Amino acid sequence: MKLVPSFVSGALFGAGLLLSGMTRPDKVIAFLDIFGDWDPSLAAVMGGAIGVHLFAYLLVKRMPHPVMTERWSLPSRRDIDPRLVVGAVLFGVGWGLAGYCPGPALTSTAAGAGPALLFTGSMLAGMGLHRAWTRLRPA
Amino acid sequence: MVAALLGGMLIGLAASVLLLVDGRIMGISGIVGGLLRPSEGDVAWRLSFLLGMGITGAIGSFLYPGAVGPEPSTPLVVVIAGLLVGFGTQLGNGCTSGHGVCGLSRQSPRSLVSVMTFMAAGMIAVTLISRLRGQG
Repeated sequence: MKLVPSFVSGALFGAGLLLSGMTRPDKVIAFLDIFGDWDPSLAAVMGGAIGVHLFAYLLVKRMPHPVMTERWSLPSRRDIDPRLVVGAVLFGVGWGLAGYCPGPALTSTAAGAGPALLFTGSMLAGMGLHRAWTRLRPA
Repeated sequence: MVAALLGGMLIGLAASVLLLVDGRIMGISGIVGGLLRPSEGDVAWRLSFLLGMGITGAIGSFLYPGAVGPEPSTPLVVVIAGLLVGFGTQLGNGCTSGHGVCGLSRQSPRSLVSVMTFMAAGMIAVTLISRLRGQG
C-alpha cells in the first residue's frame, strides 16, 4: 500500500514526458537552439507543470503532514554555493549535447531506445564518479 | 504546443501526488542518486517510482512510437553528455524535474539559480555545436 503513491506518480510522470515531447532529443535540442531554428513549444511543458504544481504547495501550507507519512521530506537549503552553479553548468551542457535530461532518458530507455540506454548507462557512471569523488574528498 | 502543455500538466500532477501523499520532491536525479547511497527504508519508494515510470514508458511508446524520438548526436557525444548529466546533477543537487518543476513551484532561490544556469549552459552548448556543424 505504501508504495502505491510513488508508483502512480512515476506512471503519471512517464506519461507526461511522452506526451509532452521531452522524450524526443531532436525536439529538446531545437528548444535550446534559440539562435538557430528555435522551437519554443517545450516551454509549455514547464509552464503546465508549474501551473499545476504551484497549487500543491498552497495545500502543503495548510496540511500538518503528508497524507500517508508523518513528515515532509523537503530541502531546506537556501544558500547559493559554487557546487550548485558548477553542477548546473555541467548538467546543462550535457542536456544540450544529447537532448536528454534524467527523466526522459530513463523513460526512453524503458521504451527500448538504444541511444537512451547508452546515455542512461553513462549518466549512472557519472553519478557513480560523483559518489567516488565525494568519498575521496569529504566536504 | 497543446500536447506539450497537457504533458506538462501531467508532470505537475505527478509531482503533486508524490508531494502531497508521500511528502517528497519528485526530482529524478535525486531519486536515482539516492539508490547509489541506499539507506534503510529509503529504497523501495524510489524503485516503485522508477517502475511506474518505466512501465508507462514501455507501454506508451508501444502505443505511440513517435513519442520517443531520434538522437541526432553521435554515440561518443551521447556518452560524454551522459557523464556530464550524471556528475552535474549530483554536484548541483537536481535536474529539470527537481529544480525545474518542483523547485520553481516552491520558489526556492537555489532552484531558480540552477534553472537559469542549466538553461543558459544548454543554449550555449547547442549554439556552439550547431555553429561547428555548420562550418564543418
